[in-house]
Amino acid sequence: MSLTMDEPTLVTTRPLLTARDVSKAYGPVQALRGVSATVYPGEVLGIVGESGSGKSTFLRALNLEETPDTGSYTLDLPDVQGNLFDLDRYARRMLCATRIGIVYQNPHLGLLMSHSSSGNVAERLLVAGERRFAVLRDKAQRALEASEFPTERMDAPPAELSGGMQQRVQLAKAIALEPALLLLDEPTTGLDVSVQALVLDTLKRLQQERRITMVIVSHDLGVIRTLSDRVMVMRRGEVVEQGLADQVFQDPQHAYTQQLVHAKL
Amino acid sequence: MTRILDVRALSKGFTMHHLDTRMAAFSDISFTLDAGEFLLLKGRNGAGKSTLLRTLYRSYLAASGEILFHGPEGVIDLARAADVDVTYLRRTEIGFVTQFLTARPRVSAEALVAEPLRRSGAPAEAALEQARHWLQAFGVKPELWAAYPTTFSGGEQQKVNLARALILPQRLLLLDEPTASLDVSARAALIDRLAELKAGGTAMIGVFHHPGDVATLIDREIDLTPDAATREDRDDVVV
Ligand SMILES: Nc1ncnc2c1ncn2[C@@H]1O[C@H](COP(=O)(O)OP(=O)(O)OP(=O)(O)O)[C@@H](O)[C@H]1O
Ligand SMILES: Nc1ncnc2c1ncn2[C@@H]1O[C@H](COP(=O)(O)OP(=O)(O)OP(=O)(O)O)[C@@H](O)[C@H]1O
Ligand SMILES: [Mg+2]
Ligand SMILES: [Mg+2]
Repeated sequence: MSLTMDEPTLVTTRPLLTARDVSKAYGPVQALRGVSATVYPGEVLGIVGESGSGKSTFLRALNLEETPDTGSYTLDLPDVQGNLFDLDRYARRMLCATRIGIVYQNPHLGLLMSHSSSGNVAERLLVAGERRFAVLRDKAQRALEASEFPTERMDAPPAELSGGMQQRVQLAKAIALEPALLLLDEPTTGLDVSVQALVLDTLKRLQQERRITMVIVSHDLGVIRTLSDRVMVMRRGEVVEQGLADQVFQDPQHAYTQQLVHAKL
Repeated sequence: MTRILDVRALSKGFTMHHLDTRMAAFSDISFTLDAGEFLLLKGRNGAGKSTLLRTLYRSYLAASGEILFHGPEGVIDLARAADVDVTYLRRTEIGFVTQFLTARPRVSAEALVAEPLRRSGAPAEAALEQARHWLQAFGVKPELWAAYPTTFSGGEQQKVNLARALILPQRLLLLDEPTASLDVSARAALIDRLAELKAGGTAMIGVFHHPGDVATLIDREIDLTPDAATREDRDDVVV
């Protein structure tokens, strides 16, 4: 059953992420129509839905790359207040660099392809103010290790690496600062099936060991099922159904969700 | 007696949009369950036994009715509770045991079994020790304890699954044919563990293909076969 925003819950923790009524139009295209979501600390929210349903737009909004027309977005973190959509560019950049990590389907969006892999990770740390070279290198190496990147190749630029390796560099960059929120947009799409399984495996391990709060978008229902606690189904910019992952997959309520689940299983 | 569950007028059906039909699985089920009670669910194939268990666990959404769970934080209607609360209760208060293990790549059998204890705050070494105890009890060979269950035989996986599902005493335990295809010694270990948990106050609702296995544990039965009272007669006529 979807959690309505003001419903009192038994659990005393507050949601980490609260987005309400987020709408966004690109000219005549209404990409998001009043999308709301709540994510509790340590939870993984999976987002599924047909192509063009607004999943990536919503994720970009959560990463403050996109300013919606209406709606609010709050993160329950020390020193973070108010509607984050109201922040200026500088404050957004600082918040994203230090508290939010993102992995894109396309590594070109997340990485500088001609810098070294360790340099890509270290760049994140530089933005957060770290200047000591030895610390930068050490932290970058540890993030790459946690992402199960073969660190003997950490000085190679991503352009020379396989797709699976590039995703690991993105992941290392995203987790280098131990973000409060990790956003993943089709992190395994476009990889060979065997490589997909390995990246998924790493994500699962990070999730189990670090309890990072995640929002993950994927067309692959298997990926969503493996990683998510809760699932949100989007269609034409709207949320048509959300609930516990096992419930949405085993007992889908909405006609569209039934079609999606039965077509893909 | 301490009340654990109050199920009131619970109904469940499935709407199949592509066929434009609605099928009832069970309707208007009411019962109560106290701490340490064992309720056996009976009924022919397709009677709705698994569906009832899944509805109680919230893998299925109830169509109507209430599932009042009496937990440490008070009474909550599982049919309507927020997802986050259900997740929390599943981690600490309500267990679901099937015959199938959800193995994870590169997680050893002992780590998988120890996980519920770790999550409840037990120190790593103590949790592992307990895990090995239960792997032993269910008859998993010691040379497999540190190996990855993804490669285990069906029976071995099932034993790991039981060890993991039963390591941490919970307030309510739902069991869907956990003994199916289990060997005799593991079956005996399972019954011993269930008896121990029951004595410790765990309330249980179970489906067992061979109810004889759990005969000593059963306090009450519910038959989900429609018109259960006349059912046996009709069976005789058909046969
Ligand atoms: N920058 C943009 N300018 C114009 N239209 C856009 C822009 N970004 C997204 N859209 C449109 O908004 C709608 C939602 O796009 P979005 O990328 O969020 O979909 P999606 O659910 O991620 O789809 P997919 O599964 O194909 O990645 C689409 O119709 C898309 O064409
Ligand atoms: N997710 C579902 N979607 C649609 N129908 C379902 C679903 N789950 C169960 N059913 C239907 O509900 C009815 C009850 O099934 P259920 O699995 O609960 O029976 P059961 O009593 O456990 O039977 P068995 O003894 O064979 O395990 C069946 O007709 C089944 O096809
Ligand atoms: Mg997209
Ligand atoms: Mg069944």
